[in-house]
Amino acid sequence: MGKDIFVWVEQFHGQAAIPSWEAIGAARQLSETLGGQVCACVFGENVGDLAKEAIAYGADKVFLADDPTLADFRVEPYAALLAHLAKEHQPEVILIGATSRGRDLGPAVAVDLETGCVADCTALEFEDGKLVATRPIYAGKLLSTCTIPERRPAIFTVRPRAFAKPDPDEGRQGEVVSVEPVLKEEEIACKVTGFEETEGGVSLTDAAIIVSGGRGVGGPEGFEPIRELAEVLGAAVGASRAAVDAGWIPYEHQVGQTGKTVSPDLYIACGISGAIQHQAGMRTSKVIVAINKDPEAPIFQLAHYGIVGDLFKYVPALTKALKERLGK
Amino acid sequence: MHIVVCTKQTPDSAAKLTVDEAGNVSWGDSPIIINPWDEYAVEEAILIKERFNGEPKVTVISMGPEEALEALKHAIAMGCDEGIRVWDEAFENSDTLATSYVLAKAIEKMGDVDLVLFGKSAIDSQTGQVPIEVARRLGFSPLTYVIKIVELDIEGRTITVERLLEQGRQVVKAPLPAVIGTVKGINEPRYPSFMGIRKATRAQYPVWTGADIGVEPDKAGAAGSGVRWERIFPPPVREGGAEIIEADTPEEAARILVDKLMAEKVI
Ligand SMILES: Cc1cc2nc3c(=O)[nH]c(=O)nc-3n(C[C@H](O)[C@H](O)[C@H](O)COP(=O)(O)OP(=O)(O)OC[C@H]3O[C@@H](n4cnc5c(N)ncnc54)[C@H](O)[C@@H]3O)c2cc1C
Ligand SMILES: Nc1ncnc2c1ncn2[C@@H]1O[C@H](COP(=O)(O)O)[C@@H](O)[C@H]1O
Repeated sequence: MGKDIFVWVEQFHGQAAIPSWEAIGAARQLSETLGGQVCACVFGENVGDLAKEAIAYGADKVFLADDPTLADFRVEPYAALLAHLAKEHQPEVILIGATSRGRDLGPAVAVDLETGCVADCTALEFEDGKLVATRPIYAGKLLSTCTIPERRPAIFTVRPRAFAKPDPDEGRQGEVVSVEPVLKEEEIACKVTGFEETEGGVSLTDAAIIVSGGRGVGGPEGFEPIRELAEVLGAAVGASRAAVDAGWIPYEHQVGQTGKTVSPDLYIACGISGAIQHQAGMRTSKVIVAINKDPEAPIFQLAHYGIVGDLFKYVPALTKALKERLGK
Repeated sequence: MHIVVCTKQTPDSAAKLTVDEAGNVSWGDSPIIINPWDEYAVEEAILIKERFNGEPKVTVISMGPEEALEALKHAIAMGCDEGIRVWDEAFENSDTLATSYVLAKAIEKMGDVDLVLFGKSAIDSQTGQVPIEVARRLGFSPLTYVIKIVELDIEGRTITVERLLEQGRQVVKAPLPAVIGTVKGINEPRYPSFMGIRKATRAQYPVWTGADIGVEPDKAGAAGSGVRWERIFPPPVREGGAEIIEADTPEEAARILVDKLMAEKVI
């Protein structure tokens, strides 16, 4: 009999987080070697549809816990339930998207099961029968490989966009097993009393394209052309710390060592010099474009394509060219 | 009220790093500093102390060898009351599972802790796992990604915080004792004052060993770890820098760039 892989399916307000599907994709790959089933763990309230979605994305089996105590992610009930399921079913591996919630859940479960959790993996491969994880360290200046030699299950959180999202197949069949939560509401210390959603726009960590502005945009209004470009591309807006510290744009948009780590297909840096701490957050982007009037700016070392010039001329020109080409 | 801040030392974030064949990382003559993320935790602890008229005691702890003193000293210079280094040769090669066990043991020994503050992650290993693991081990309310302490009710023994998640800010109320994982934006860390630096230089930094805090040897260090680091290496370098797009007008440059990006299939 093969060895199973658990994948935690994260949801917010009933919608799945993309990194969970990427994790299912990664699990399918690993299961070719391990030979067991891919088991999705779907916890929430009124999330029956997510179980079907998980199967379409590649799960063989779904553990579905549908309960008001699980409506919002909270580490206590979620970790207790995932650890309980893991004890009962003894999976070889647990994969979790390395989102805010996933980065809490993985290590919490690791403590409960006295096992290892490798954070923020960008690759997972079998080498001589050992599962080896690659992860960036020192702000991406170095890479490391890690294994979990003895303890089981081996837990890995996987960096968003590091693994391909599978194409869903509505025709796939799978088994759905209903499970009960472990904790009752009165046993859970944390109470969620409010939520203020960040207004509009695409989330940075999920975005396939990011357009970022730095000190070079000169002021809060300098983000207007950046936003217009982002809009035609369906992109998220990012920023350097200099722009955030100046108060031109909220911290939520900051990319870099003390901001978000992103890995989009396309990153367009406008008026950003490319300090090492900014690079830390975006260097793994697939294609990087820099628009900067200083030909010596370090960002041109990292970028694939560069335009040396005034962003206030080139960014609107790019927006216009894209509108024409993309027919918008 | 007793507040503990957990911190560690790291090489400066601007350091040029090299790795040798054996995987040893070196940062040349770049200084060892307090993990930059931890300054937010230290600052928040001091702000709480100030808000309650200096009544809460702020202890800063670090599990680490001699160099860990750099982090403790910086925290004392900013305004923490006491610094304790937790170290034993048996703690070497601890992953986060083992580190969190040792830190939890040290906090348990103090006995009277209401809040434990952490940075978001260590800029060297960047796992971000220790805060939640310590919370889980101690059974303290697990509050990570905290960008604002909305209310700290010492009498009622509750804390309300705003947590920064992907989709926005979540407000959570939880009982004390609690673990608070801080993020940038929660405050603006102060620079140590001259007086503070003097105090930090003169302060005593007791060392707690495994025996002092009742650590079971097979739960710390490599024996207590789940994760093993195999190799450390520089990322593959990209040759040559950017292809600079030359054109007579911005419009033409834009058209050329769009062609390239379409050929790359990223738009
Ligand atoms: C511990 C630590 C953590 C940090 N974390 C982060 C982080 O998370 N993220 C981050 O971004 N930074 C971070 N920094 C700061 C980082 O070191 C840089 O200071 C910052 O990234 C600089 O931002 P910038 O590129 O926008 O500004 P600058 O370096 O000032 O660059 C502005 C650029 O804009 C160009 N420019 C100006 N006008 C125009 C124009 N009209 N058209 C085109 N180009 C123009 C200039 O040529 C220049 O290259 C951190 C620093 C430290 C010490
Ligand atoms: N050895 C240590 N001693 C004390 N605190 C630590 C130690 N390692 C990590 N921490 C704390 O845990 C946070 C997250 O670290 P990490 O999980 O290693 O990325 C840091 O910002 C510190 O506040």
